[in-house]
Amino acid sequence: MKKILIVDDEPNIVMSLEYIFKKENFQVYIARDGEEAIEIVENTIPDIILLDIMMPNVDGYQVLNYLKSSDTLNKIRVIFLSAKNKASDIELGLQLGADKYISKPFAVKNLVKEVKELLNKKG
Amino acid sequence: MSSFLVISIILVYLAVIFYVAYWAEKNSKSRWVNNPYIYTLSLAVYCTAWTYYGSVGLASTSGLKFLTIYLGPIIIIPTWVILMRKIIRISKGNKISTLADFISLRYGNDRFLGALVTLVCVLAIVPYISLQLKAISETFNVITKHHISAISILDDTTFYIAILLAIFAAFFGTQHTDASERHKGIITAIALESVIKLVFFLVIGIYVTFYLFNGPADIYNQASVLPNFEAQQSIDGLNGGFNWFLLSLLSMIAIVLLPRQFQVTVIENEREKYLKKVIWLFPLYLLLFNVFVVFIAWAGNVVFQNQQVDADLFTLLLPLQNNNEFLALLVFLGGFSAAISMVVISSLALATMLSNNLIIPYGFLKRFSKSESDENTESIKNIRRISIFSLIIIAYFFYKSFTLDRSLVSIGLISFVLIAQLAPAFFGGLFWRRGSSKGAKYGMITGFSITVYTLLIPLTIESQSIASTFVNEGLFGINILKPYELFGLEIFEPVTHAFFWSLLFNAIIYSLVSVSKLGSYRERNFAEMFVDNTKYAALQEGAYVWKGEAYVRDIRNVLTRFLGENRTERALNLFYMKYDIDKKIQVADARLVNFSEKLLTGSIGSASARILIASVVKEEEISLTEVLNILDETQKAKESNKELKERDKQKDEFLDTVAHELKTPITSIRALSEILLADDEIDNTTKKKFLTSIVSESERVSRLINNILDLEKLATGKEKLDLNEHSIKNTILKSVEPFRQLAVNKGIKIDLNEIDDALVVYDEDRIQQVIVNLLSNAFKFSNEKNGEVKISSHINQHKVEITVEDNGKGIATDELISIFNKFYQSKNQTLLKPIGSGLGLAISKQIIESHNGKIWAENKVSQGARLTFTLPLNRN
Repeated sequence: MKKILIVDDEPNIVMSLEYIFKKENFQVYIARDGEEAIEIVENTIPDIILLDIMMPNVDGYQVLNYLKSSDTLNKIRVIFLSAKNKASDIELGLQLGADKYISKPFAVKNLVKEVKELLNKKG
Repeated sequence: MSSFLVISIILVYLAVIFYVAYWAEKNSKSRWVNNPYIYTLSLAVYCTAWTYYGSVGLASTSGLKFLTIYLGPIIIIPTWVILMRKIIRISKGNKISTLADFISLRYGNDRFLGALVTLVCVLAIVPYISLQLKAISETFNVITKHHISAISILDDTTFYIAILLAIFAAFFGTQHTDASERHKGIITAIALESVIKLVFFLVIGIYVTFYLFNGPADIYNQASVLPNFEAQQSIDGLNGGFNWFLLSLLSMIAIVLLPRQFQVTVIENEREKYLKKVIWLFPLYLLLFNVFVVFIAWAGNVVFQNQQVDADLFTLLLPLQNNNEFLALLVFLGGFSAAISMVVISSLALATMLSNNLIIPYGFLKRFSKSESDENTESIKNIRRISIFSLIIIAYFFYKSFTLDRSLVSIGLISFVLIAQLAPAFFGGLFWRRGSSKGAKYGMITGFSITVYTLLIPLTIESQSIASTFVNEGLFGINILKPYELFGLEIFEPVTHAFFWSLLFNAIIYSLVSVSKLGSYRERNFAEMFVDNTKYAALQEGAYVWKGEAYVRDIRNVLTRFLGENRTERALNLFYMKYDIDKKIQVADARLVNFSEKLLTGSIGSASARILIASVVKEEEISLTEVLNILDETQKAKESNKELKERDKQKDEFLDTVAHELKTPITSIRALSEILLADDEIDNTTKKKFLTSIVSESERVSRLINNILDLEKLATGKEKLDLNEHSIKNTILKSVEPFRQLAVNKGIKIDLNEIDDALVVYDEDRIQQVIVNLLSNAFKFSNEKNGEVKISSHINQHKVEITVEDNGKGIATDELISIFNKFYQSKNQTLLKPIGSGLGLAISKQIIESHNGKIWAENKVSQGARLTFTLPLNRN
């Protein structure tokens, strides 16, 4: 079973994502902010992370930077899921090393498709 | 020691110095080349052979008087952080490359003034350079035990040394056509020499004091029994005091205005902040240099009493007397390095002056404006190279053909007095707007003439043993015209006497002429720029005072002649970018005219640059009041522009945040709806949970939209307040009502015990909104166990003050103000996400301010946050 980590501080968004991916047979982990996310990543090493950017304390960029600076964690797939959707935001996110950048509000089907595609990709 | 050996050592030494200069020029970006220590040490070019030998000579005959030459600088240098910074700023801003340029620019690019300053400097400094050559030659003879100096020039070592120095200065001094650029090679070599001369001098000082004698006390004991000792060491009453004072003043002027000092301090300055090192390090250097002077002098007096020995040479003779040839060689090399530093920097500074302020503006300008850029830059460099050679050669012949038997110190002082004639124009120009070019010229000429009359002529007569009654009886036998006692003033020694009268008349004439006739508009503009440092930035290219007509093409042509196609293109591109000007515009504006003038100034001097640019520009006069108006307007325009940009930026940020805040609930609504739509097997409980969330998120959206509209209405004043008289206590109690149930549920206590009542005029709905906002924050942040919220009101003479307190974590100090910003959300929230919109406090602030009240947040001493707002009482 693939492990997915959902990082968001909006309870209702988390609730919907949790339902969606449980239904798709993922093992779902949830973090409410960046700090919690890093803790969970260290303990479980998920296959993919859905990462919000604007969060209190440690934000999504910092989480990604943390992952990319570690030799064991830098292979984890990361999708930014953010309401920031200016071209410059997206470019920044991808430059930092995210695999995908999906803008909020997202279409459920599309999100699931992107996640699966990313996990099937080699390398 | 054999001449051959000494010459070999000199050659090796020069090779090292050349190599260091070469290395520094190659590695001009290195930290070894660019640091405050190199800069400070290069200033020590002030200490010449005069310091090395002359101080001792003076100390042995006149006691401590030699100190005045160093006291002046030590006193004035701490003020450099302000004074010199101003000078450096002006010079860098205008690409000034010499003292003459500086003065001529201040007085409106006055060509004649620049030339006059150059002449004064050349006349003052060339004999001084001769003196350095003489010192080299004499000490060379002493150390090689030659008792007669070479008759033929071709046999004279000094001649070859002079040629080598000229090559050095010409090679490293003319690497760039732009003379305002720094000469890092030369400066690094000079700094090294400053270390060498100080160290060697200290070595000989220690040797004499502690090896030849048993310490300072021993020397004092032996010297104090010599005749005249007492008289030498005293200041000599009031007269002596005046002499001391004037000599110190003289050296204060010299440390700023000697061409070589101006070169190293101003032109070669890399960063202003180096001055901070200079103000303590350089005085320390001078103090160290002078520590042993007195002891060497006394020791010389003791050792060589009753012998006919030149006191100037004590430093060298003491080790020789004791057969310590190695130490004598060190002394020779120290003095040699002091002399050649001075020769190199002085000839470089003077050559730039000669070329930029005399030769080019008077002779070559026409030719330059016709020929190509390559030829021009080569010609400019050649003029400077030839100037350097000529100066050094002339100095050499001056030394050869005149018997310079005045002691080292007095010729140095004469050159100080001549240079001091620039002081009124220089310092006056820096601090006095009214100082005019006519005043500067007349003052300078007067001062110079008086110096010639009271010092140069009588000294020449005396030293060349010309029979004349001029000195003793005065011109035409008139008593009050005696050159050393002008107008019967008898208290001064010749040098201070000349300094006193020349500077006095110079300053008086400068001020009188300046006051009686207003300068031209051009020089008044520059006066404004030099005197008022703060306005200076605005007066730069920007809003400069100029009305006229010029074409970009013409200006470009002039620039190309001197800078070449490429540099001109590059410079103009930079200029266009800096000011965001359309390149297609044909007509040049004031900024371009001034920018071009400055570009040329570095290469050909300010006066020539002015003449060239003026030849393609049609100018009109403009009055100073007009100028100030123009300045004022541009300043205002700039500020309002900045404000607009700032407002635009804030608006953008606000819209960004609004978009983000709206998208968040919509994301939940969309995701949950899509799930409900696609998933038929979903169980009832989950379905209900999802639908409830959709409803609450929808509410969140509408609340947010309402708040934004509210804020907008309040901010723009579109909504009129519904102002009526109400009881504040009633309003508070009404606002608390909806919270009672919540308080019970969460176990939070509401304290209502301190509510004073008064009738106040306000919009009740709005104030209720504020109180509700504050209360919901207090409920949100109050302690989870034993939560307590207190609301109170206090009336005083002018206002009613309403306070809402909780007992939660309080507010981080750096957030006390920002929590009132739109969409600000505290970092320390206990809940995951606020139920509010992030606009509550911003709206509250807007409401309170539209009531002319105040709102602020603070932390309680015990625990928790306290938010307070006031409403003014209107008691008529």
